[in-house]
Amino acid sequence: MADTSDLVLDVKNLKTVFFTNSGLFKAVDDVSFTVKRGETLAIVGESGCGKSVTALSLMRLVSDPPGRIVGGSIMLEGTDLLALDEAAMRKIRGNRISMIFQEPMTSLNPVIRIGDQIVEAVRLHRNLSTKEARNIAVEMLHLVRIPEPARRAREYPHQLSGGMRQRAMIAMALACRPALLIADEPTTALDVTIQAQILALILDLQKELGTGLVLITHDLGVVAQTAQRVIVMYAGRKVEEASVEALFAAPKHPYTRGLMASIPAVPAPGIAAQERLNEIPGTVPSLVRLPKGCAFAPRCKLAVKRCEAEYPPLADWGGGHLAACWRAADVAEVA
Amino acid sequence: MAAIDFDVELRRAGAHATGGWRRVLFLAQRHVLGAAGLTIMAVFVLTAIFADFIARYDPLTVDAAHALARPSLAHWMGTDSFGRDVFSRIIHGARISLAVGIGSTALGGTIGVIVGLTSGYLSGWVDLIFQRVSDILQALPLLVLALIMTAALGPSLPNVILAIAIPLIPTVSRVTRANTLALREQPFVEAAKSIGMSEVRIALRHVLPNTLAPLIVLATAQLGSTILTEASLSFLGLGIPEPYPSWGRMLSESAAEYVRTAPWLVIFPGIAISLAVFGANLFGDALRDILDPRQRG
Amino acid sequence: MFAYLVRRLLLMLVTLIGISIVIFFLLRIVPGNIVDILFAAAGYVDPADKVDLEKQLGIDQPLVVQYLHWIGGLLHGDLGYSYVSEKPALQEILPRIPITARLAGLALLFSASIGIPLGVISAVKQGSRIDYALRVVSLSGLSLPSFWLGLLVLTASVAMFGQMPIFNPNPQSLGEAFATYCIPAMVVGFRSSALTMRITRSSMLEVLRQDYIRTARAKGASDAAVNYHHALKNAILPVITVIGIEAAFLIGGLIVTETVFNIPGVARFLVEAIRWRDYPIVQNLVMLIAVVVVSANFIVDMLYAVFDPRIRYTD
Repeated sequence: MADTSDLVLDVKNLKTVFFTNSGLFKAVDDVSFTVKRGETLAIVGESGCGKSVTALSLMRLVSDPPGRIVGGSIMLEGTDLLALDEAAMRKIRGNRISMIFQEPMTSLNPVIRIGDQIVEAVRLHRNLSTKEARNIAVEMLHLVRIPEPARRAREYPHQLSGGMRQRAMIAMALACRPALLIADEPTTALDVTIQAQILALILDLQKELGTGLVLITHDLGVVAQTAQRVIVMYAGRKVEEASVEALFAAPKHPYTRGLMASIPAVPAPGIAAQERLNEIPGTVPSLVRLPKGCAFAPRCKLAVKRCEAEYPPLADWGGGHLAACWRAADVAEVA
Repeated sequence: MAAIDFDVELRRAGAHATGGWRRVLFLAQRHVLGAAGLTIMAVFVLTAIFADFIARYDPLTVDAAHALARPSLAHWMGTDSFGRDVFSRIIHGARISLAVGIGSTALGGTIGVIVGLTSGYLSGWVDLIFQRVSDILQALPLLVLALIMTAALGPSLPNVILAIAIPLIPTVSRVTRANTLALREQPFVEAAKSIGMSEVRIALRHVLPNTLAPLIVLATAQLGSTILTEASLSFLGLGIPEPYPSWGRMLSESAAEYVRTAPWLVIFPGIAISLAVFGANLFGDALRDILDPRQRG
Repeated sequence: MFAYLVRRLLLMLVTLIGISIVIFFLLRIVPGNIVDILFAAAGYVDPADKVDLEKQLGIDQPLVVQYLHWIGGLLHGDLGYSYVSEKPALQEILPRIPITARLAGLALLFSASIGIPLGVISAVKQGSRIDYALRVVSLSGLSLPSFWLGLLVLTASVAMFGQMPIFNPNPQSLGEAFATYCIPAMVVGFRSSALTMRITRSSMLEVLRQDYIRTARAKGASDAAVNYHHALKNAILPVITVIGIEAAFLIGGLIVTETVFNIPGVARFLVEAIRWRDYPIVQNLVMLIAVVVVSANFIVDMLYAVFDPRIRYTD
């Protein structure tokens, strides 16, 4: 494993549940991962697999009720966020750990000027005058490559395009130079042409500022371009973790393989180009009534009796490539 | 991290409440106020139905010998200036309030739904005319419009119902119209159209049922306001005529004279109005929370 | 913006004309006009006298002519003559306006200054005991008829001071001003403050669910900053519209409250005129109310544009 002093984030056995009127909803179940300084970790999965709840758990922004973090630890630069009281957590949010959301259209306050929203983020954590903070805001807008930043700072969100707003969100998130940035599907809501620009911007700034990045996405194409390491989540659990190269070269979990096969033109060796896209049959199971064994078994071509009876442990397949599958050894052969 | 009792949390979220009666019981526990409102309304309806058995005197019989009697064992809420028993009049008054409340809500609601469906479905100039008429009706306060209507039609129970129903029409039709417009774009309506279902059938079979929840919420919300409007009209002497025991009429202007000499004539009918309206409002609020989760407070 | 204004003003005009037609003909669909009422008291009616009086009042002409006559007069500031007092309607109505306007203004002030803060508290503390209590209070506020509340105040006044407040249009002392205007205004405002509170609460709750509130929390903003800076700034906008709704709502309350407290304002005058079938007064008063309501809504829309940077009426 890597040198621990270089770790920005160390999440162990995180467990977040929702108490709903149809029962206990295990949105994040025993998930562990780490992020190093300047590293990008991608969290991949279908919608409803728990990746966004994981992100909100890191920020401690899961709304309670109905949600609650019920176990594990989140060490950010050596501090356990779950042990902090709300006031101490507020000092960290937006300062050491920031988040960019999926919807740039609705994530900015419509009645406050862009510049003032960044100024607020700065002044919450830095003892600066409004004027100094305003200078930083303009500087940040310049950094995210918004033309005429001084003028844009005086505008309201509705006067900016979706891409511009997401840039402003990035400027706001990075204004205090956080150690960790969480980007929850930051490009999903944008035009395809803008998506690549925003991704490139995030990666550039990450490199420049040395920020650790948790990128949440359902798009394996994005993963291949950006991340160093990947975790794949299914039904609230981590089912596979590997370096990007190892994952694309030889996925060990049938679900990961299925995800790759259902994406057109995956730029990875070892998978033959197909005429027809393969889809994964069925849907994500209800997180309330999970089967006893592997949650993916009902949709899995490789499933055997044991899969339905026992949940497979995460096993190391060498070089930190983890997978939770009884048939992991056979995944490469079938498909 | 503090220990978490999963069972307690799940009970709080209502996970145990599955199946018909358990669900109802859970909702009643969750919405104590709504349950209270429903109870008040039930008592109110039962009172109206069994008024003849509950009331101890005839509400219209004049008894000059016992005029303006204080509340006593014989007359629980005293008597009015004609010696009529206030308690019996309040019990019978429930009938009038109920008739006006249900009658005008149902009448205004039905016409409103028809107008709203037509307006949302046909669009074009029909819609335009309905919209402008709604503007006109909504530019006047409910009470002013109802006053003019009863003045024009003459004071009687059916006229009061009509006078209160008409101002309700635009409110109901606007909600129905907005829902209809939104639903028309829905895939299942498109699907129904593509298999050759007639427009009227689509409107009644597919669109109407889907706008029902907000309409029920709206109707319950209006129930209290119709009862209150009837009381105000009768108070002003332009609602239910004498000698019928309308709660508002019992408080009519002359009540100001009795403030000094016979406060029971002021207090009891007012409690009856407030309680009935409060019950309807409580129930309406809870119903909105349950049926219209977006509005949940 | 200009095109929008023109369109908006035209629509207002259409609405007002519509109201004038509805009111005018509604008042005349029933048999039994003022002449019948006046003569009913006298017992014996000389048909010639009756025709004379009808002619004098102009009600022998076709309705359409009467209507056009009324509208034509309105445009010249001539509202016709009261059937009852035989004075110009304008002279009857004008002096009563300031009384009602003062009451309405005070009531609105009362309603906003109580309703908005309580609504915000109720939303911010959603689900707490305070929220629960405030919701019950506001709901009961909406359930009490204004006229009964007024009667209760009178009863209490008799019990405490042995007398009822008597209206004086030009109060001499602070106490008298309080009794004359503030108490009735509070009675009217109580109901509307309940309405304001409920609308503020639901508007605030709606805003608190928005994505940008989560963004503010993600920045590390405190609850106070989130609630009062980020949320209230957005939530207050729909509350402004309530002032428009309340214009109509208040008038209903004023009608009964002026009657209870014996205040000679326009609202009570309307009820009296309706009873007397004093058409010129009724139709002009209704038009006055309609103009107030319609302009209140117009002003509210314009205010909205001023406060909300997103709205620029362009089409």
